[in-house]
Amino acid sequence: MLDTEALMRIGLGHYIALSGIIFSFGMIAVMMRKNVIVMLMGVELMLNAVNLSFVAFAKEAGNLNGHIMVFFVMTIAAAEAGVGLALAVAIYKKFHEVNIRFFEQLKG
Amino acid sequence: MNHALLILTLLIAPLIGFLFNGLRFRSHNAYLAGAVATGASAISFLCSVTLWTKLVSLPVENRVLETKFFEWIAVGTLKIPFGFVVDQISIIMILIITGVGSLIHLFSIGYMSHDERPSKFFAYLNLFLFNMLVLVLGDNMLMTFVGWEGVGLCSYLLIGFWFTDPAKAAAGMKAFVTNRIGDAGFLIGMFILFFTFGTLDYSDLAAVVPKVAELGWTGPVTMACLFLFLGAAGKSAQIPLYVWLPDAMAGPTPVSALIHAATMVTAGVYLFVRLSAVLVLAPHAMEVIAWTGALTALMAATIGITQWDIKKILAYSTVSQLGYMFMAVGVGAFPAAQFHLMTHAFFKALMFLGSGSVIHAMHEEQDIRKMGGLKKYLPVTYITFLMGWLAIIGIPPFAGFFSKDEILWQAWSSPHGSKGLWAIGAITAACTAFYMTRLMALTFWGKSRVSPDVHPHESPPTMAIPLIVLGILSVIGGWIGIPHVIGEVLPGHPPNIFAHWLEPVVAKVEAGHGSAVMEWSLMGFSVGLAGIFAWLAYDFYVRVPSRPKAVAAALGPAYRLVENKYFVDEFYFGKIINPLVEASKAIWLYIDVNFIDKATYFAGDLVSGLAQLVKTIQNGKTQSYALYMALGVVIIMTVVLSS
Amino acid sequence: MLLTTLIFLPVVFALVVAALPEEKWVRPVSFVLSLGHFAATCLLFWRFNPASSALQLVEKHAWVPTFGVNYFVGIDGISFWLVILSAFLTPLAVLGSWTAIEKKVRAFHICLFLLLSATMGTFLAVDAILFYAFFEASLIPMYLMIGVWGGSRRLYATMKFFIYTMAGSLFMLLAIIALIFMTQEQMGQMSASVLDFYNLDVPFVAGDFLNTQTLLFFAFSLAFAIKVPMFPVHTWLPDAHVEAPTPGSVILAAVMLKMGTYGFMRFVLPIFPEASEYFAWFFMLLGVVGIVYGALVAMVQPDIKKLVAYSSVSHMGYVMLGLFAMNLYGTTGGYYQMLNHGISTGALFLLVGMIYERTHTRQISEYGGLAKAAPIYTIAFLIVTFSSIAVPLTNGFIGEFLILLGTFEANRWFAGVAVLGVILGAVYMLWAVKRIFFGPRGKALGHYEEESLDINGREIAVLIPLVILIFWMGLFPSDFLNWSKASLDNLVQNRTHYELKLEE
Repeated sequence: MLDTEALMRIGLGHYIALSGIIFSFGMIAVMMRKNVIVMLMGVELMLNAVNLSFVAFAKEAGNLNGHIMVFFVMTIAAAEAGVGLALAVAIYKKFHEVNIRFFEQLKG
Repeated sequence: MNHALLILTLLIAPLIGFLFNGLRFRSHNAYLAGAVATGASAISFLCSVTLWTKLVSLPVENRVLETKFFEWIAVGTLKIPFGFVVDQISIIMILIITGVGSLIHLFSIGYMSHDERPSKFFAYLNLFLFNMLVLVLGDNMLMTFVGWEGVGLCSYLLIGFWFTDPAKAAAGMKAFVTNRIGDAGFLIGMFILFFTFGTLDYSDLAAVVPKVAELGWTGPVTMACLFLFLGAAGKSAQIPLYVWLPDAMAGPTPVSALIHAATMVTAGVYLFVRLSAVLVLAPHAMEVIAWTGALTALMAATIGITQWDIKKILAYSTVSQLGYMFMAVGVGAFPAAQFHLMTHAFFKALMFLGSGSVIHAMHEEQDIRKMGGLKKYLPVTYITFLMGWLAIIGIPPFAGFFSKDEILWQAWSSPHGSKGLWAIGAITAACTAFYMTRLMALTFWGKSRVSPDVHPHESPPTMAIPLIVLGILSVIGGWIGIPHVIGEVLPGHPPNIFAHWLEPVVAKVEAGHGSAVMEWSLMGFSVGLAGIFAWLAYDFYVRVPSRPKAVAAALGPAYRLVENKYFVDEFYFGKIINPLVEASKAIWLYIDVNFIDKATYFAGDLVSGLAQLVKTIQNGKTQSYALYMALGVVIIMTVVLSS
Repeated sequence: MLLTTLIFLPVVFALVVAALPEEKWVRPVSFVLSLGHFAATCLLFWRFNPASSALQLVEKHAWVPTFGVNYFVGIDGISFWLVILSAFLTPLAVLGSWTAIEKKVRAFHICLFLLLSATMGTFLAVDAILFYAFFEASLIPMYLMIGVWGGSRRLYATMKFFIYTMAGSLFMLLAIIALIFMTQEQMGQMSASVLDFYNLDVPFVAGDFLNTQTLLFFAFSLAFAIKVPMFPVHTWLPDAHVEAPTPGSVILAAVMLKMGTYGFMRFVLPIFPEASEYFAWFFMLLGVVGIVYGALVAMVQPDIKKLVAYSSVSHMGYVMLGLFAMNLYGTTGGYYQMLNHGISTGALFLLVGMIYERTHTRQISEYGGLAKAAPIYTIAFLIVTFSSIAVPLTNGFIGEFLILLGTFEANRWFAGVAVLGVILGAVYMLWAVKRIFFGPRGKALGHYEEESLDINGREIAVLIPLVILIFWMGLFPSDFLNWSKASLDNLVQNRTHYELKLEE
């Protein structure tokens, strides 16, 4: 049984806070983890955190602009994940591990 | 011909000779080169004689022929024309330079006939002549300086003429550098005069200098004269800069005769005769000059006694005779200085050429211990050398007697002179008689010590003619300056032509004290002294050849001191030159390389150290960069939100 | 248009050289083109009016009007001979490097032309920013010349050269900017024109170091002193010279060092008259120390090129001494000595380069007896040596004499020390001559036949103009000084309220 009362009390601030928390998780994952796949997941988290705030703002503002942005972001996120995973696969094929430190060896 | 054209020809002729021989310096033809060079010199001599006749025809009080070719330097109030003046002083000089010069050129043809590069030699000789003429004809001090440095340059080139021998090249360099020390003094003296009187022109200087003598030591005129004397000491080989002249004997002998006896080294004397009007205002400077001259004369004469190289003896003799001239300048006897300059040019050039003839005959042997008894092999050289010998030791009526005696008398009687100066002069005269007789004895008289594989032969006529002419001049050259006391008793009462000739242009010092009787007795004394010492030397080196060694041994350390030239060279090298070179190496190493460069490296290291520090942030790790970005965002957000 | 042509014609020439189809044409074409540029420069003899001290042949176009920066060029008696000297030496450098430069010939000549353009611009610019741009631009080709065609330690030398000069000129840039702001305050609008700088009233407090004029004075002076180079910021010079290829050394010594002294004459003395006068003793002291120090250090150098480089320090010390004597003799002498140094040191570097090509060593100790192996070379070297040690009737004497005369008027003690340079100059040059040319045959000459080391016709052709100039400038200094007389008089007499008029 959903407490609609409680739902009604959840405002923009909550969404932003959640979005911020998810974003932070994502950021920490990107900065701290060495595994490229986990880092990509972190990036996805950050993007989705942003999506969440977009939707929340759209609801607040009462127009569709935020939703449109979300579609853009999702598309780009898909592309980014594709490229990122491809790189990860390339790294794995060469070093049999998907660790970020191997990227250092790419510099000229 | 007008006088400007004559002066131009006089100057240009040796210059053309220089260019002619200089451009074909590879030629081995000594006769062509020599003929051109001698011809050029002879043309100059003819011009000089013509100028002299012109000068004589002018009234006594206005015997000046001037010409200015163009304005050389004109900056601010400094106006230096390329101008030349022929007057009573310079005409004597150019007659000596071109006359004796021509004879020496002629002599050189024979002397240099077997040389590898005769053309080069004659080119340098002509160039020297040109510079020497500029020196004496220049109508301002800067033109004199042009010649002054120019002759130094030629001297450098000619001393080092046989440059493959490092010792000879070193002697050339020593001459130039020593002269440069003097030249620096000359420059400063010139600056002082210019800023004190506003001109460097001789005639203007004589006109604007005050007529009151300066009594202090630091007055501008005294300082100027002292600095100029430094210059003169460099050029005319006086203490403390005389050391280059004996070494300069490394050059070919005609060079020694022309440059290092007759002309260039007398330039310092000429300068002070020219500047007599300025010099007489500085009694302290005159005192310094007179005493330096006297001490140089004595010192060089004593060294001369102990030398074995025929040219070195003559070189020290030259230094000694130049000392006499400076003594004369210092006591204000300018005509006497100039007179001795002239007679010395005759007999010393003669003796140098004679020594050249001997060396030529002995196949480049210069050590008089290996000569002896040469008079039967070299009759012409011997007879002419004999004239020179009699002249230099001051036997009347030879040329040297009159000039030297005049100087000694002035040293005694002039208000600037003193009995001390006279005494030194007289002792020097005795030493001169001794070492010159020793030279004669060891070279021409006594038993032959010539090594058997050397066959001395008399020189060709081109070398004999100059000897004969100079020999005659050494005899009669003094007769134009017969002192008053002697002239009085001679038939016809010959006047002192020389002194009268110079009278209008040199500064007059108030008449000396002293009676005719005194003059006669001093004269007699010095001639007697010379005679005694000449006989003593004869006794030493011809009659009892073992005695010199015994005396030398008896004198021990004193003899060694003199024989080693008072260790002056050793002192200069050991205490001044080598320490300077070492110090230069040290400042290069410690200041340039180790201090200034190290300091800049330190600045550089500081910057790169800082960079190293900052560089660690830029580690190439994407994650770190992301962290910096995040931190940046946080900081910005904090700042934005908190404001 | 003449001045603009003179500045930018070399750039066009550089493009022409770059476009040449074959590398073997580069040298002759460059030589002809540089001669052409020199000929164009000689047009100045007709167009320039020596009687006037005004700025002539002026061209002015707006560049950055907001900050008062213009393309503003003009010529007066001070820049006149320096422009001609630069143009005169470039063909000689091309001819002198005919065989010395073996790799990347095309690029080298492009550098040479670009350098010529930058030096022309430096001497002709009247706008401070424009001047700064050319002043700095000249570094780049020289940097490349030393860095690409230099000797074994070329990278070290180029870095040192570049950083030294760059460090100094940044202070100058700062000072120029400060002056531009001062023009805004005092004249209502920004101007980078040097002519406006002259009219500025730069506040000066004697005895206090931290005042506007003193600080600006030292900012400019540092930049120019490094360029000159004055003791103690001279240490880049020996390294740069030793590593630079022959034509690089020639241009560096003959032209680029003059930018420093020219800067003193154009900026420091007239813009900061009080500070210049107040600190004149300091610069004269540095000049005197430089003379003696450079001479002493030159004396003990084992490397001929380093010897010549240190002799430059000594000679440039004379120039600075003359300029800061602040009287007519000193200034005229200093200016003349700038030209003399260009001729004689340029010639010395050419000569050293010629013999280096044959023996591949510059160590003095390996030489000896060269006078026999190369007589014509010896004659040329001796003539240049005599010019360098200021023997009368060569150009060096006029400059040194006037400088010493002016110094004596300003301060006799400095003059007393400076004449030591006359003696030491003779010592280090003649000692080197003695060790290189006289004495027994040295190791470097090895197996060469007699006279086989002598210079060829091309090299003689390079040296003849220089030798002619040495005597011409020594015998007829008025032929040269008359062109600059009006400007030099103006600089000396109106120093406290200096002004350059524009030619009507």
